[in-house]
Amino acid sequence: MSTDLRRRQVVGRGLPLPGNDIDTDRIIPARFLKAVTFAGLGEHAFEDARKVDPEHPFNQKAYQGASIMVVGQNFGCGSSREHAPQALLDWGIGALVGGSFGEIFFGNCTTNGMPCLTASPADLEWLQREVGRRPGEPLTVDVERREIRFAGRTITAAIPDGARNVLVDGSWNTTGVLLEAGGAIEATARRLPYVTGF
Amino acid sequence: MAQTLLDKVWEAHTVRTLPSGQTQLLIGLHLIHEVTTPQAFDMLKDLKLKVRMPERTFGTLDHIIPTTSQVRPYADPMAEEMAEHMIRNTRDFGLPLFDLDSGRQGIVHVIGPELGLSQPGMTIACGDSHTSTHGAVGAIAFGIGTSQVRDVLATQCLAMAKPRLRQVRVDGALARGVTAKDVILAIIRQLGVKGGVGYAYEYAGPVVERMTMEERLTLCNMSIEGGARFGYVNPDQTTFDYLRGRPYAPAGDAFERAVTWWKSVATESGARYDDVAHVDGSAIEPVVTWGINPGMSVSVSERIPDPASAPESDRPTYREALAFMGFAPGQPIKGTKIDVAFVGSCTNGRLSDLRAAAEVAKGRKVAPGVRALIVPGSQQVAKAAEAEGLADVFTAAGFEWRRAGCSMCLGMNDDKLKGREVSASSSNRNFIGRQGSPTGRTLLMSPAMVAAAAIAGAVADVREVLR
Repeated sequence: MSTDLRRRQVVGRGLPLPGNDIDTDRIIPARFLKAVTFAGLGEHAFEDARKVDPEHPFNQKAYQGASIMVVGQNFGCGSSREHAPQALLDWGIGALVGGSFGEIFFGNCTTNGMPCLTASPADLEWLQREVGRRPGEPLTVDVERREIRFAGRTITAAIPDGARNVLVDGSWNTTGVLLEAGGAIEATARRLPYVTGF
Repeated sequence: MAQTLLDKVWEAHTVRTLPSGQTQLLIGLHLIHEVTTPQAFDMLKDLKLKVRMPERTFGTLDHIIPTTSQVRPYADPMAEEMAEHMIRNTRDFGLPLFDLDSGRQGIVHVIGPELGLSQPGMTIACGDSHTSTHGAVGAIAFGIGTSQVRDVLATQCLAMAKPRLRQVRVDGALARGVTAKDVILAIIRQLGVKGGVGYAYEYAGPVVERMTMEERLTLCNMSIEGGARFGYVNPDQTTFDYLRGRPYAPAGDAFERAVTWWKSVATESGARYDDVAHVDGSAIEPVVTWGINPGMSVSVSERIPDPASAPESDRPTYREALAFMGFAPGQPIKGTKIDVAFVGSCTNGRLSDLRAAAEVAKGRKVAPGVRALIVPGSQQVAKAAEAEGLADVFTAAGFEWRRAGCSMCLGMNDDKLKGREVSASSSNRNFIGRQGSPTGRTLLMSPAMVAAAAIAGAVADVREVLR
């Protein structure tokens, strides 16, 4: 397994998943949260949606092996379940491009090294259409330069500084970074009246 | 310069600015439950780390526990395994757990305020998106994922970006039969399900000031359904009166000193917001959702909208919602037949919610063919409701009186919709599949409206029932 945690750019085949407000219950229904590990969640990603719709992108042969999802607005809204990004990761997704993301989902993706970049509605529409036409062609999500490259075109994308920086320098697995604060953690706590009993 | 509560609490809890530009934020209260923590404890073990401040984390069991028989081992082996992990992990790491025999078990967002754990001026985190509930006491409270649960356990801190702040002012006065649930549904309808992304919501204005603490808890609970990860109300006399005498609230002289500090964290007059939104509280009627996200709602007297009337970008979702729900544009929401009625959840599972539902249920009968459940939010809520006769009112009316848990809000126990059943629910999400059936349909409304629907067998206007 690669130990390089830096996510300057993610290159892979795309998978368009149109639609807005796709919540984390839809990404991974709650019944699959009844497990004490995240292992094997990928096979249940979008399970109910895939059953109802045989044409769901996750069912299509053309998108097997794809690693970059192109989604709509407010993707990943709702529940804080980290099982949602874990299911996508386990299925093979490494980055997302969308109009906007549910905030907790976005944070969960970042802390698992999965960049989520946003693009304009017009660019997303183009990207979804073109990726659908050429599913075998690689897509580049350039986190460092905040751009998406596909079929000779470069699209301007956005990601907040904090998330971009931790992804680019590989410090997205936050525990180690937070521990570096050392005694400053306890010192901050001691200044809070409710910690010291008022 | 005048500061907001968000500014002051954020500043007081800032350990340092991280190289990424994010804040290393100290978490004053960490609440945990069985579903989003087992992996975090495993990560902690892999890292060979202890819990940094074990006295600042409290656990409960809520999501998976059955609300019928709670005798262990549970009938569902997966639920049993999750409970077992929670009990073992909290014991091994030295963390308090409000287990079933404690008398204090319940939904994490019900017991935090109820026990006086959630206090003004705190930062509060929990692996659950409805953690914004605790903002009602004047805290900065927010939902986190499992890796962040690991971070809080290991370091008592999180790497966070400070949100922008929008004041949501609810002016006027609420009409009879209109509740905090209707207010938050109206806010989400007005500002949109993603209108709050990147924001914390500070709820203010005369309607919010007049609300009881339990009403404020309902209001803040659904902030995330409007995209806002944080929602709070400035602490005031209502807050202090609510907290006085609660088991984990400061007592004696310490309480008076606490009030002084709590007052000092409130937003100062003249403070600046990134945005201010005005909501006309007087115009709000009882609200019912008709679609597949909490922003898709109408007043009970209105008709289900035509996608053509929606902004162009929303039309595909409107059409998808109508197809899924099996509703036609222009159809009145009132009179929509229901199969299941559910009163409970972290949104509306408190004593005042049960009282409101009981007022409607008293002396009436659940319509034939309707399965109606009352699930108290905590053991303490259950006990109080039984003591004042509410449980008897419900059972006499044909409702099932259950034990405390998350239950049919998300269908992680046996309480699930079957097939395409339609549910009138006091919970917080009408997402596709949310209540345990991939094709089940949810209509969100207030507890009194759920009770009215249970009696009528269809969506009804509670104002007419209580006339």
